[in-house]
Amino acid sequence: MTKQVRQLDRVIIRFAGDSGDGMQLTGDRFTQETASFGNDLSTLPNFPAEIRAPAGTLPGVSSFQLHFADHDIMTPGDAPDVLVAMNPAALKANVDDLPDGAVVIVNTDEFTKRNLAKVGYGGDPVEDGSLSRLKVSPVPLTSMTVKALEDFDISKKDAQRAKNMFALGLLSWMYNRPTEGTHGFLKSKFAQKPEILAANLAAFQAGWNFGETTEDFAVSYEVKPARLAPGTYRNITGNVAISYGLIAGARLSGLPLFLGSYPITPASDILHELSKHKRFGVRTFQAEDEIAGVGAALGASFGGSLGVTTTSGPGMVLKAETLGLAVMTELPLIVIDVQRAGPSTGMPTKTEQADLLMAMFGRNGESPLPVLAPRSPSDCFDIAIEATRIAVTYRTPVIVLSDGYLANGSEPWRIPDVGGLPDLSVEFTTAPNGPDGGFLPYHRDPETLARPWAVPGTPGLEHRIGGIEKSSGSGDISYSPANHDLMVRTRQAKVDGIARDIPPLEVDDPTGDARVLVLGWGGTYGSIGAAVRRVRRAGGHVAQAHLRHLSPFPANLGEVLRAYDRVLVPEINLGQLALLLRGRFLVDVIGYTKVRGLPFKAEELAGVLQEVIDRGE
Amino acid sequence: MKLVPRADVSYKMKDFKSDQEVRWCPGCGDYAILAAFQGFLPELGVPRENIVIVSGIGCSSRFPYYLSTYGMHSIHGRAPAIATGLAASRPDLSVWVITGDGDGLSIGGNHLIHALRRNVNINVLLFNNRIYGLTKGQYSPTSEPGKVTKSSPMGSLDSPFNPVSLALGAEAGFVARTVDSDRKHLTGVLRAAADHEGASFVEIYQNCPIFNDDAFEPLKDPAERDTRLLRLEHGEPLLVGADRGVVLGEYGELGVADVAEVGEERILRHDAHRADPGYAFALSRLDYPAFDHVPVGIFRDVARPTYDELMAEQLGEAQAVQGRGELAGLLASGDTWTVD
Repeated sequence: MTKQVRQLDRVIIRFAGDSGDGMQLTGDRFTQETASFGNDLSTLPNFPAEIRAPAGTLPGVSSFQLHFADHDIMTPGDAPDVLVAMNPAALKANVDDLPDGAVVIVNTDEFTKRNLAKVGYGGDPVEDGSLSRLKVSPVPLTSMTVKALEDFDISKKDAQRAKNMFALGLLSWMYNRPTEGTHGFLKSKFAQKPEILAANLAAFQAGWNFGETTEDFAVSYEVKPARLAPGTYRNITGNVAISYGLIAGARLSGLPLFLGSYPITPASDILHELSKHKRFGVRTFQAEDEIAGVGAALGASFGGSLGVTTTSGPGMVLKAETLGLAVMTELPLIVIDVQRAGPSTGMPTKTEQADLLMAMFGRNGESPLPVLAPRSPSDCFDIAIEATRIAVTYRTPVIVLSDGYLANGSEPWRIPDVGGLPDLSVEFTTAPNGPDGGFLPYHRDPETLARPWAVPGTPGLEHRIGGIEKSSGSGDISYSPANHDLMVRTRQAKVDGIARDIPPLEVDDPTGDARVLVLGWGGTYGSIGAAVRRVRRAGGHVAQAHLRHLSPFPANLGEVLRAYDRVLVPEINLGQLALLLRGRFLVDVIGYTKVRGLPFKAEELAGVLQEVIDRGE
Repeated sequence: MKLVPRADVSYKMKDFKSDQEVRWCPGCGDYAILAAFQGFLPELGVPRENIVIVSGIGCSSRFPYYLSTYGMHSIHGRAPAIATGLAASRPDLSVWVITGDGDGLSIGGNHLIHALRRNVNINVLLFNNRIYGLTKGQYSPTSEPGKVTKSSPMGSLDSPFNPVSLALGAEAGFVARTVDSDRKHLTGVLRAAADHEGASFVEIYQNCPIFNDDAFEPLKDPAERDTRLLRLEHGEPLLVGADRGVVLGEYGELGVADVAEVGEERILRHDAHRADPGYAFALSRLDYPAFDHVPVGIFRDVARPTYDELMAEQLGEAQAVQGRGELAGLLASGDTWTVD
């Protein structure tokens, strides 16, 4: 039987199942297949904080959404075209997100009375017509997998567990994905378990063959590779990109990398990733707590390393005191806060961008430091290098505000040419700088206002630093009112001066006649960008700008804000950037905020933008 | 100390005195400790620039300013954490942590035990005056129960830490106790602590003349001290004065008995090198909580691999097996595809 192949320009697929069903793995494999095929893509993993919530319940549902296309895209997509639901809970948790006509593949084996009752279904939605607005394909995924594996010498449980590979095989067939990568992946994952490997490969193949032979699926789809800029690509998540950026930053600055960290979701993967790269001279220290993590990093910086600490919101709070010490001692330090929904423990696996004001002000005293935020998973690489540059040039702690969505989400990344990365080489101070051959640890570079970085082991430059106020120049303890005033203002001036050294804010305003500017920061870049495209396609005029530098702001920000009639600031918090902009520039920006633990949907933002545009007409 | 360079100049005590005015209360035990430390550093034989003093907050934590080495006066209780990052990344440094009973055992208790457990190559000097000095006289984690202070007008309800027991409980490889006023003993302990590879912990009984004066007077009074001090010398009998000694009890606990009663052969000889920390721990409980017989000297001196060595070994091994990291290769690792 020859099946029809239909061309599509983009598809959004969501895999959903129980936490134990391997949905993240399935999604990740499908992503890798899609990446190697050459589509542009963007992903959104969404999983519970519980390791294994009770099977078959709504809190246990784990999902992975992938948007792929033959053109460049900016978000994981608003609404899935296809949902793979491994059980009734997965269906119930996701069905409301589906637009009419969406395809739903349900694993009917799991649609038992008991499982349906567990999530409050009175009857079987697959059969009672309640899903009539959707195209439902009932597939007994579990039993077919078990049947396909009956000749293997594995337990029934292991056979059932392979159902995600069956589903992956089926979807791989449906969308003509290359399968070599998944074969290779399984071979390395189960290298020590040949029987399980063979079973998983067989389940994957069975899923593929099922698609090929069954009449239920008469059509398969093809999404052509995207026309991306020439180069070598790989798929990358924000956490891996930050890790690579830190390793690169250390190499470019010629400093050994030292990570002091305490495990916390969703930042832990940076610790995991960096721990793998000891051959790069990377020292990773899993500390006893968040305070020790940043303390050890600062100690390493004092000794001449690039000290880094990684954490998420609640851990960031604990690091505040040490950040103050880093501000006071004026040592380079990189602090990565992968924001998550708060306050307190909040929703550990859900995204938010509500730590901005804490990063700006969450310390005692006047305690300024640079704050950066990456705008996409791959931008995490560049932001880590930029954080390194600022930290080592200005001798200051730098906070990077990533978020859960960037951390776990992925997209294709054009691998940069190492030769084209900036030279960040650092020269430690090795000679006395005082009038009488002495050393003045707080004698500043007139350009950057940075103080010398003289590391222990350097003869003749022995000195003491610390959290107590120091006399300008000599670094002796000082309680002089005038000196404190000078030092407070100088530390602020040092951070403010970085604005001279960062690119001006670029505004994307293709027609040049937009009256409305949408200004965002951090991980909302994709959603805002996609919304802007929609508005423009519909004939609307809107300018877009996105901040990667939040402290200091780019030098032209005030000018940009004042150039438009209205400025819309969408944020996944209650208006933190908006507060800063109003306070700093006296511009009455319009906030649009949502805190649902999820990224903005492009369609929704487009609507808001259109409203703001219409208001002026 | 293996990677710490040796000084090629011979220093004098004055070489380690900084130009800063020392500002402790008159009569503070910190002066004696500072003098002993400055006097000891020349014999450490380490270049001045390779010595780093890291302190927390408190009277004792002003220490770094008074030494012409590298130093960091950090934040409350966190000196061991900061020193950990420094020592783990710079095995060529001799790193000293100066802390007090409040700093090290209260706010910084967690960091202290973990630095000891990991065997980071640092020397921790804990000045114990059994009171909060800098915050003006509240009870500390080592104050005796019932201690009347501004924050405990009816007497402290807290049960105190025995710092030596705590350090041994964290399995520190080197644990010692000494007294601020006994410069010779103090210097000997510093020397042994510096010689020890890995974390060493030294409790120094230190007098606070303002808020807890004479807390250790019975151990200092020449007439009385010999009847109270149990001087720990490796290989020597454990004697308090001439006529009392340490004997092993039925359940492995240690007790003090009259030598004449139990016979000389039952008096234990000190063994600081026992791998099992149980014996040293039993010794540390002898004086608790009274001062009838106070062990001073080195409780335990046992070598085990240090954290910085193990960390460096892993880096070396990774490079030996996989080669030195190459950035372009790392960035292009995993599944890649090329667009022409």
